[in-house]
Amino acid sequence: MKVRFLAASAAAALMLSALTACSTPTSESTDTSGPTGTGSAPSAADQPYAGTTLTYWATNQGSSLDDDKAILQPELDKFKQQTGITVNLEVIPWSDMTNNTLQAAISGQGPDVVNIGNTNATTLQATNAFMPFDSAALTAIGGKDKFVASAWKTAGPAGKDPTSVPLYSQVYGLFYNKAMFAAAGLQPPTTWEDLVADAKTLTDPAKGTWGIVAPAGTVNVSMHIEYIFAAQNGGSPFLDDGTPDFVTQANIDAVKRYIDLMATDKVLNPSAAQYSDGVQATNEFATGKVGMYMAQTGNVNALAQQGMKPDQYGVVPVPAPAGGKSVGSFIAGTNISVFSFTQHKEAALEFVKFMTSAAEQEILNKAFRMISPVQGVPASAFAEWPELMQVWPTILQNNAIPMALVSTVSAYQTNVGGGIVALFAQAASGSPVTEDTIKTMLDEAQQKMLAAG
Amino acid sequence: MFETKGFKVFRWVVLIPLALFVLVPLYTMITSALKPMRDVLGTFQWLPAHPTFQPFADIWTTVPLGRYFANSLFVSVIAMVCSVIIAIFASYAISRYRFRGRGAFSGVVLATQMFPGVLFLLPLFIIFVNLDRLAGAHLFYQTRLGLIVTYLTFTLPFSIYMLSGYFDGIPRDLDEAARVDGTSALGALFRVVLPSARPGIIAVAVYSFMTAWGELLFASALTNAQTRTLSVGLQAYSSEVNVYWNQVMAASLVVSVPVVVGFLVLQRYLVAGLTAGAVKA
Amino acid sequence: MSRRLAGRVNWNKVTPYLLILPAILFELLIHVTPMIVGVWMSFVNLTRFFITNWLAAPVAGFANYSIVLNFDKPLGRQLAQSFGVTLAFAVLTVGLSFILGTLAAIVLQRQFRARGPLRTLFLIPYALPAYAGIITWKFMLQRDNGLINQLLVNDLHLFDQAPFWLIGDNAFVSLVVVSIWHQWPFAFLMTMAGMQSIPDELYEAAAIDGASVWRQIRHITFGMMRPVNTVLVLLLFLWTFREFNTPFVLFGSAPAKSANLLVVTIYNSSFIQWNFGLGAAMSVLLMVFLILVSALWALWNRRVHN
Repeated sequence: MKVRFLAASAAAALMLSALTACSTPTSESTDTSGPTGTGSAPSAADQPYAGTTLTYWATNQGSSLDDDKAILQPELDKFKQQTGITVNLEVIPWSDMTNNTLQAAISGQGPDVVNIGNTNATTLQATNAFMPFDSAALTAIGGKDKFVASAWKTAGPAGKDPTSVPLYSQVYGLFYNKAMFAAAGLQPPTTWEDLVADAKTLTDPAKGTWGIVAPAGTVNVSMHIEYIFAAQNGGSPFLDDGTPDFVTQANIDAVKRYIDLMATDKVLNPSAAQYSDGVQATNEFATGKVGMYMAQTGNVNALAQQGMKPDQYGVVPVPAPAGGKSVGSFIAGTNISVFSFTQHKEAALEFVKFMTSAAEQEILNKAFRMISPVQGVPASAFAEWPELMQVWPTILQNNAIPMALVSTVSAYQTNVGGGIVALFAQAASGSPVTEDTIKTMLDEAQQKMLAAG
Repeated sequence: MFETKGFKVFRWVVLIPLALFVLVPLYTMITSALKPMRDVLGTFQWLPAHPTFQPFADIWTTVPLGRYFANSLFVSVIAMVCSVIIAIFASYAISRYRFRGRGAFSGVVLATQMFPGVLFLLPLFIIFVNLDRLAGAHLFYQTRLGLIVTYLTFTLPFSIYMLSGYFDGIPRDLDEAARVDGTSALGALFRVVLPSARPGIIAVAVYSFMTAWGELLFASALTNAQTRTLSVGLQAYSSEVNVYWNQVMAASLVVSVPVVVGFLVLQRYLVAGLTAGAVKA
Repeated sequence: MSRRLAGRVNWNKVTPYLLILPAILFELLIHVTPMIVGVWMSFVNLTRFFITNWLAAPVAGFANYSIVLNFDKPLGRQLAQSFGVTLAFAVLTVGLSFILGTLAAIVLQRQFRARGPLRTLFLIPYALPAYAGIITWKFMLQRDNGLINQLLVNDLHLFDQAPFWLIGDNAFVSLVVVSIWHQWPFAFLMTMAGMQSIPDELYEAAAIDGASVWRQIRHITFGMMRPVNTVLVLLLFLWTFREFNTPFVLFGSAPAKSANLLVVTIYNSSFIQWNFGLGAAMSVLLMVFLILVSALWALWNRRVHN
């Protein structure tokens, strides 16, 4: 009796799931005129897509979601005036971005145009969720040559049509508190050894001041730093074919250098091990409790938000150890993609073209305090502070390398970034972090990645 | 039970630490909600040095708490009503009829208590998306309706389980007498069984409402900005420029008070409902 | 209704099916179908490469299972470690919640002045939405501005260095304490409800026979409570084993190793790493384990009762 009931319900369930599954391929082609479809006829020859409505998911670049809306909306209005295309804007916090993109990818329902973090560009390319920018699409947006060569590299591995193009660029720099450095008679460091020595001078736990701050509980930043430091050591976490190659001296030393700030140099407040996002670290630096902070360009905005003006700090490239390679950053930033299931490909491309036009690039990068990845756009975000205006493009051109263009970057972030966070936790509670501990962590991370594919 | 001195001492040895354990977080929540931002950033203050009601005003603008509130209320109430109605019918059948598949059905109901929610998350998501495609409209995916259906996954089995236990405790003679007098099965259920089952139904309703009100996993994966509920929305105070602990506490307080008050008003039914339901089960 | 029609359709036989029909439909939609899809997922290689076209994901056979069950490799070891943490967490949380709930129910069984207010107070953590309680604890457990360290370090001077409560090994302690805080009132509520159904005459008769309070508790209360307790402990165990809210609110998606509960591991594998096949395989294993526990419990329960 029981068996019969179970069998019957299982059969019914199978039917139901078969029913839903069968519908998948057909429904895509039938749904051409949704509520957002191209309804009216083109109103003018120069506005062939007038009447179209696009949905755009913008990542949260500014200090709040509302701020971003206030910055972007006037530009979208301008776009509507020029093309007749309406853009529905939704600003998405970075923390929701992965899940939202994933859901849109699985469901085929979502926005037409979306921003992505450029470290994920290759990972997302592998999902086939985004439209490849083939040569026709590239021509439609104004050609790939309009982008700064180094920024263009973040779009994806060579030889494959990229599924995103750069929108905003930023790099890591070493922020230092000018007043604290002046009071201690210090110059901004040019080698890692200098940095540690300066930090030691500034550190005074009794007064609550520390040499440097880092969001040591943050997985993605830990991954970024590991990647940069490994490059300073002349190494990389990946072989040329994209296979993880973590257990090398370059990587071990990279992790050790970062952890040692807390574990042996004692210039990083152990509390930082609990900073699970950048804001607490930014806050510590802004309130003048720490002398240095390795952070991305966008932090200029966050610091201003917390009451620290750009003339209160300086920025220099993140220094390498004496004799190391002068790498201070990878090329970070935000790319823009078109979802492959969009019904409005041409209009979407028109929008991407607009967003990556020199005029818009200047306005947007100024508002978000980012560096433009488009040729010939001045770093006017920092026009009032010549030092900053000069240092960011310099780092971008001379001092920055592209992130590994492999589809497992997000797994690298989870495993190695997560591993570093765990080691910081260990260091914070006072247990030593040796080279062997680091080696074990990297080895496990590598095996996990190989196993999970 | 006569009470010896030893028992009285024992009573307070148990009660005082327990009361403190329960109270301290409640105390933290209330006092921190009355502090300005700068007072929650430094070391913890036992008493608010600069008491203010400002956080209670700020919480509505920092995140769209009002919208989240309305979403939570809508989803929880509908999930509760659906769960109770479906459970009443099913429990009545289990309690009053001997039919083929009865054992299997109650077995399946109980077994669902063992399924980890994460196992359902992606499948439900895939099913919702495909149902939407079939229907050609946004019915389930990232909608309140979808969330309500999801919440029945937790509330329904427990409701059926508790309520059939409760119905078992209501003497069969009552509704059988009504049936002999010519009342239909449904008539007997509505006129005889339900009035005596009020505590059980309230217990199940309260349980369903609270489960839906507090759910986080599905709400975080199956909602969007428009349909987000409180459980997810409350996290947003932590991802802005700062962790607004005072506002987090104020918002926690605001979203808790209605539920706690409702719960405490209905607690005697809850005890009565659980007594019959659980003891019989 | 005419007698003939009634004779043709045997309403007595059909009624129960009509009554459970809505429940069955919902069970099919929300439990049976997702479960079948979930089990299917565990047998395919549903990674990021196939999420836009998941029907095309290649069949993996038992590959996902062999990856997560290979305890010589880090992934399998991590799962085993996570299982151990979850088991310890569940046993401690359920055990202590049950003990606290029973103790409170016993001492609050008889009328005395503070009984009503205390009973109300004890139920509040359960009535509070889970995330509101947990987020409050998260604030209390902060290293630099939390209540716990203020009390232990600054007021009582028990530690020289302020300890961390949300990372490292202490994270496990925090996890257990916070879960107990939220869960023990349910145990209290159930045992209290159960004890109310014990007839007073039993205690009175025992008192006349000269049995002490402790004897009464041991023989009457515990004896009569056994059926309630067995259900309660099983329910608590099943719920605790799948607990997601507490670790997720306290630690986010990257918990300390000491507090790495299975459900969070599964969530990470699926929703952070986008390897749904592996996540599903872990879910199925977790489910099989919980079914085994329940079956053993049912067997044991039947032996005790007969």
